[in-house]
Amino acid sequence: MSFVLTLTRRAIVGAKGAPSKRPRIEGRVARREQRAAYLFLSPWIFGLVCFTAGPVITSVILSLTNYSIAFPTQWVGLQNYWTMVHDPIFWQSLKVTLTYVLMSVPLYLVAGLGVSLLLNMKRRGVNLFRTVVFLPYVISGVAVAIMWSSLLDPNFGGVNWLLRHLGVANPPLWLESPTWALPAVVLIGLWAVGGGAIIYLAGLQNIPEQLYEAAAIDGAGTWQRFRYVTFPMLTPTLLFVLLTSLVSAFQVFDVVFVLAGGPQGTAGSALNFYLLNMWTQGFGNGRLGYASGLAWILVVISGLVIAVIFRTGGRWVYYEHEG
Amino acid sequence: MNLKAITQGDSGTAPVAELAPEVAVQPRRLVRRGLAIAGSIGWYLGLLLVCAFILLPVSWMLTAALKPDLAPVYTIPPQWFPTHDWHWDNFYRVMVNPLFPFLRYMLNTLFVVFANILGILISCSLVAYPFARMRFRGREPLFYVIIITMLIPWQALVVPQFFFFYHIGWYGTYLPLIIPSFGGNAFFIFLIRQYMRSIPKELDEAARVDGLSYFQIYWRILLPLCVPVLTVCAVFTFIWNWNNLLGPLLYLSNNSQYTVAIGLASLYQGTITKTNMLMAGNLLSMIPPAIVFLVIQKRLIGGIATLGLKG
Repeated sequence: MSFVLTLTRRAIVGAKGAPSKRPRIEGRVARREQRAAYLFLSPWIFGLVCFTAGPVITSVILSLTNYSIAFPTQWVGLQNYWTMVHDPIFWQSLKVTLTYVLMSVPLYLVAGLGVSLLLNMKRRGVNLFRTVVFLPYVISGVAVAIMWSSLLDPNFGGVNWLLRHLGVANPPLWLESPTWALPAVVLIGLWAVGGGAIIYLAGLQNIPEQLYEAAAIDGAGTWQRFRYVTFPMLTPTLLFVLLTSLVSAFQVFDVVFVLAGGPQGTAGSALNFYLLNMWTQGFGNGRLGYASGLAWILVVISGLVIAVIFRTGGRWVYYEHEG
Repeated sequence: MNLKAITQGDSGTAPVAELAPEVAVQPRRLVRRGLAIAGSIGWYLGLLLVCAFILLPVSWMLTAALKPDLAPVYTIPPQWFPTHDWHWDNFYRVMVNPLFPFLRYMLNTLFVVFANILGILISCSLVAYPFARMRFRGREPLFYVIIITMLIPWQALVVPQFFFFYHIGWYGTYLPLIIPSFGGNAFFIFLIRQYMRSIPKELDEAARVDGLSYFQIYWRILLPLCVPVLTVCAVFTFIWNWNNLLGPLLYLSNNSQYTVAIGLASLYQGTITKTNMLMAGNLLSMIPPAIVFLVIQKRLIGGIATLGLKG
């Protein structure tokens, strides 16, 4: 979501750079240009109506009905939302997702920053390291989940083998334990932390070298250079990564869908993420109207969280051009 | 450790090495040199640990895939490397397995992927062109609409899209997975439009004077120059669709239609699965996106950095 805000800002700045006179559409040539333009736009207009704007409106309407494939649809008003509030499974799934957000987002934020600081140094072999760290970004959630389910097997998996060798007598049961299933998902997500590191690295490389030189002349040490140059210059990137991480943490689906339905997913409700519950209600139980309502509640919750962060971001984010 | 490594590294080593011997023996410089070496070692150690965390799981999967059927894949204590019996034929067997026709899944996925790439390249470049080059009423508001559509989260679209495709009879076909790409994608339209704006305008003005139509300018002049950005779009489309679970999960009902992602998920969730086969299939599923990534790494990373598309 945040990238959109960046894009909007960029688009506005870009528009200011270009001659900003409103295009005056006059004359036959201009009218022909306009007609041609809309012809070029037609695939997108078709897509907008059928696959984006249309569905959004339909979704709101569906959430006010008891739509399911098997039964005739009836208008039920706010009934779906009323049911939700009284459904313990809804609250449970919300709790799981929020816990996951609180556990994973700070961890990924810090780990991604640490890794990208390492990858930002020009040393022999850094390109090879970058390739390895970024590679998990392209691997599917399904493949990652299956790989880790084998590693996290409590008795035969590689992780507990390692833990036993490190002297942990009773390593956790991971996906089979209600307590450890969620941390296991956090650990699995950590494997692909390179996705965030890519964005950090781009931010790091945009910091002008002169700032470090000036700091060095002023006698700034390692920590001071990080504290007073790198960190402030990186705060816009941090906000950006924070917002995208939040969005993806709220929307976790693939990995938990695979794990919760698998042979090890005995932890049950511990992995019942919000969207997994939405999936089960909508496509498992056939309550598609109810599922639409669930979707909108998540949109509102994540939208609120993001708006709060975006508003308070001004306090700690440093934009160079503002001085 | 990390921070020390960062700042000591670049600035520290080179000047010290060039110093005259009598200066170099000064204790402060020795300390500094020592710190630089420590920083270097710390840096390598840190990154090797990170890489081990990423690569060891993959190697675990490889060894699990190579183990024989009868011997349990999991033994106590776990055997990381199979000491004998390397069953490379597992990879072949998983491809032609009748219960789990992995090769079929691969071909199905490739079909969906390439249809999507075609759709994305055609629609997004067509739509980007007027936004980059032409004057028409409603250009600015429509561009904001494009940006706003990027804000719509997928979960709000899942049910109504299913509703729509189900009622027009596309359930159980590949059409719901393919046709939307012909309606354009906001990210890619934006990316291509930005790229087109960087192409000198004189080029198409000259072509206009020569009497080329708008479509000819788009087709013959701008499109060939846009190959770099179109490659980025194609690669993202490849990776996203190769990995897409939700679409196939919603719309494909028949095992012979399955794509790799849903095939693997259902194999994993099945009860009679042999772990070596599962891991062999899983490893195979990772290879195409990994190859694409390795081939076009630089541009892909550039694209992620610009758009902030985080997994």
